[in-house]
Amino acid sequence: MNAKRILFRTLPPVAVLVLLAAALEFYVHARHVPRYLLSPPSQIIKTLTNEQTRKPLLIAFWNTTQAAGMGFLASAIVGLLLAVPMSASRWLRSAFLPYTIFFQTVPLVAIAPLLVIWMEPGIKAVAVSAFVVSVFPVITNTLTGFLSTDPALVDLFTLYRASALARFWKLRLPYALPQIFSGLRVSAGLSVIGAVVAEVLVGTIGNNEGLGVRIANANKNGQTDRLFAAVLLTSLLGLALFALVNAVSFAILRRWHASARDEN
Amino acid sequence: MPGISHPAVGISASQVQKIFANGTQAISSLNFSINPGEFVSILGPSGCGKSTLLRIIAGLDRPTSGEVQLKNDSNSPAISYVFQDAHLLPWRNVLRNTELPLELRGSAKADRRSRAMEILNQVGLGDFAAAYPSELSGGMRMRVSLARALITEPQLLLLDEPFAALDEITRQKLDELLRDLWHRRRMTTIFVTHSTAEAVFLANRAIVMTARPGKISLDHTITLPDERSSQLRASAEFAEQTGVLYAALEGKSR
Repeated sequence: MNAKRILFRTLPPVAVLVLLAAALEFYVHARHVPRYLLSPPSQIIKTLTNEQTRKPLLIAFWNTTQAAGMGFLASAIVGLLLAVPMSASRWLRSAFLPYTIFFQTVPLVAIAPLLVIWMEPGIKAVAVSAFVVSVFPVITNTLTGFLSTDPALVDLFTLYRASALARFWKLRLPYALPQIFSGLRVSAGLSVIGAVVAEVLVGTIGNNEGLGVRIANANKNGQTDRLFAAVLLTSLLGLALFALVNAVSFAILRRWHASARDEN
Repeated sequence: MPGISHPAVGISASQVQKIFANGTQAISSLNFSINPGEFVSILGPSGCGKSTLLRIIAGLDRPTSGEVQLKNDSNSPAISYVFQDAHLLPWRNVLRNTELPLELRGSAKADRRSRAMEILNQVGLGDFAAAYPSELSGGMRMRVSLARALITEPQLLLLDEPFAALDEITRQKLDELLRDLWHRRRMTTIFVTHSTAEAVFLANRAIVMTARPGKISLDHTITLPDERSSQLRASAEFAEQTGVLYAALEGKSR
């Protein structure tokens, strides 16, 4: 990427952020909104930089990063491993596809406390929650990718008597990659949501307190600035995971896929 | 390029019929034979089963009844197929797309690379070996598709309206290239097209089909000189030949 393009990609969102923060700051001061209802951005920045308030937030950020990261990684691996055999066999597909919907519709609020009981409280239960919420998009997108191989190219490989392995590595997998990455992009954000929600619900026990615990506590104590600071860190985490997937996707697809090009 | 390295394939079709699962009769009892090394155009309106017939000949589809026999010395002749669009692998550059059939066959890397370069030079793409399909024009992509089909030195080359999506000038250039390649290699070639001019320019014989169900309405030997150049298109003989095919198309598609 050249300098002009980087500028083009970063300047508009940063401008939006600055404008929104300025508007919020102005609004809170002008209307004398009580601090327990809405924190002005300047206060949130203070909370994030002040040594005393900063430390527990950063520890929580690191704990949630680990849990969400593990959940996301598990989703990527398990999602791919489930989708590949399902794409190869219509029987497996019709047998298992209905049950993968479970992952999409599962009410985490109901299941997270159970997970904690089953696995004892801590980072593992949070990671499993992140996994449960984020695995579905990987399965469906990967499946769609594998099933949409250009039929003419399948014919071509048949004509040249390609082995099953060659079909997979040289045709089906590369063809599915753009779809797999779009599944991973959705999954990255969901894994953060899954982790934080699980923490809010059950995370107060144990010493691996994550951002969800900070959010729950700040809420209870009316510390709106800490609440917003934790929410901001949560968004940053989601953004970072998303950017990671994008970077890998760009590195792999840039030469050949329109989705990885941004000429316009 | 050496002359004829493999004997070409002859084809005989007897009572070939194809009915799709939805009940549509695509082809109705076709009988014909094609001699080794012949260049045959198959011409007809949409829905006359041309593509289906080509797929059956390639072994990608089975006839509902009847059979197509390929006659040559070896049991499994090398067949290549060129589709309506180039259908290249977008993640491979031109060179790696061209060498794909040899790679699937397990040829040594150095060998298939040099063969791919050689064939790319023949189709005029020697300078584009490192380019990716998304960086090429439609005509260039189709040249790569042709190169990929030819790299196995096929004994039978099947083309399904390969140049239909291209502009007239590009199409004529590729017609000339294909005719020239056939002239040098003499592989049995079947070319499906909508265009009477293309059918006449390329082939030594044209089979005209009618639609629903697909039947042969004319089997015509094209009496034009073996060496063909672009000037031929303006000649009286050329017009006469296309006229014959056009009449057959018109007469039956009413």
